[in-house]
Amino acid sequence: MAINRPRSARKSNGGMMLGLLAGVTLAIGLYLGLVYAPEDAVQGNAQRIFYIHVPMAWVAFLAFFVVFCAGIMFLWKRDPIWDQIARSSAEIGLVFTTLVLLTGSFWGRPIWGTWWTWDARLTTTLLLWFIYLSYFMLRAYAGERDRAARFSAVIGIIGFIDVPIIYMSVDWWRTLHPGPVFTSSGAAMPNSMLLAMLVCLLGFTLLYAYLMVLKFGIEQSKDKLLDYQYALAEREAEGAVTA
Amino acid sequence: MKRAVGQISILIWKDLLTEVRTKDLFGGMFVFAVLTIVTFNFAFDLTGVNRAPSGSGALWVAFNFAGMLGLGRSIALERDRGSLDGLLLCPVDRGTIYLGKFVGNFLFITLVEVISVPIFAALFNINVFQLSLLLVLLLGTVGFAAVGTLLAVMAASTRSREVMLPVLMFPILLPVVIATVRATTLILTGQTADLGPWLNLLGAYDLLFLLIAYVVFERVVEE
Repeated sequence: MAINRPRSARKSNGGMMLGLLAGVTLAIGLYLGLVYAPEDAVQGNAQRIFYIHVPMAWVAFLAFFVVFCAGIMFLWKRDPIWDQIARSSAEIGLVFTTLVLLTGSFWGRPIWGTWWTWDARLTTTLLLWFIYLSYFMLRAYAGERDRAARFSAVIGIIGFIDVPIIYMSVDWWRTLHPGPVFTSSGAAMPNSMLLAMLVCLLGFTLLYAYLMVLKFGIEQSKDKLLDYQYALAEREAEGAVTA
Repeated sequence: MKRAVGQISILIWKDLLTEVRTKDLFGGMFVFAVLTIVTFNFAFDLTGVNRAPSGSGALWVAFNFAGMLGLGRSIALERDRGSLDGLLLCPVDRGTIYLGKFVGNFLFITLVEVISVPIFAALFNINVFQLSLLLVLLLGTVGFAAVGTLLAVMAASTRSREVMLPVLMFPILLPVVIATVRATTLILTGQTADLGPWLNLLGAYDLLFLLIAYVVFERVVEE
């Protein structure tokens, strides 16, 4: 145990730096978004939620892309490290997807006059949320560690590939089935808004990296702990036999 | 290639023979599908002017539920009797086993659909006898069975598998549900000219997910 201490201390030092960097960038980003950037002419201050909503959506998709890649690598190489990466990223992705759905609703209420609409982007995000919820349910019910890793890798791959197809099908369904369709204002942003958005994007990406470092460390420790428990149980069983 | 086709047909033959002798799957699925359609009559008014669009939705919900029931059952039977382990011990490529199970499940679900559709037509006075509807049924069922067979095998080796299968299947199958319901509505309302994109979507989905499932199946069943 004593041998491990300096290494984990060094690791957390690097993580601390990353966390600090993410915190500072996010603080600057929030200042730019909430104070420096001008109020939106049409939407008023409600528009400012975009500075956290859009970066969180980006982090969610990035996280699930990492789950997808790590899933392929796990099924190919069978190295548990890929599963540790995948499940760390999936958890962060699920949290951010939840926040994206919530912040989107908060914005939709004053601007669209409704909490929810079945538009392609919203529906796809909701389905994405369900897919990764089932990812964790499958892990919980799969029992054995290796089986959980293999099964969830498959869901991570299928789920990610399915996302653009879901988007396309909902989009067509909407266009062929007219209703209250909303499009976000894609007009050119003033530079100050763009700057705030970019800083926030960077800040949230750093936050993702920081959370990944933390979560990955936890998942590695969990696996190590399980290994120790197995080894201990085996040794006890042997002791029982010889006694 | 020829060898694999032979192996697949033996696997299908095995499933059909088991079904003929035990009658475990088809009866339950069929009654369930028809009952779902009948129950939908009380949820929406399926006798009014708008019955074609709501009817296609009811039809596909019924097929999805019945198919899910059948998939779960068919893999659970394999597992409980230990025949899945037996299959895996055979000197047969794992992908081939997947294809065999896929075709078996596809046949059962299609059979249920082919018998339920005329009953649906008679109950709600909707004209369904069009060749394009058969094509939608085929493409939709291929996608359903392709994803469903893979996920059912996974769900079967978890705790509470009856819960796991629908939770895994419904979100991933959403494109199939949308495409089949929209295409069926178009057919029932006589707008067959707009079918193209939906059929393409179904075809692409089927090919893509058959391929992925074929590749990853080996990793799913190794124990």
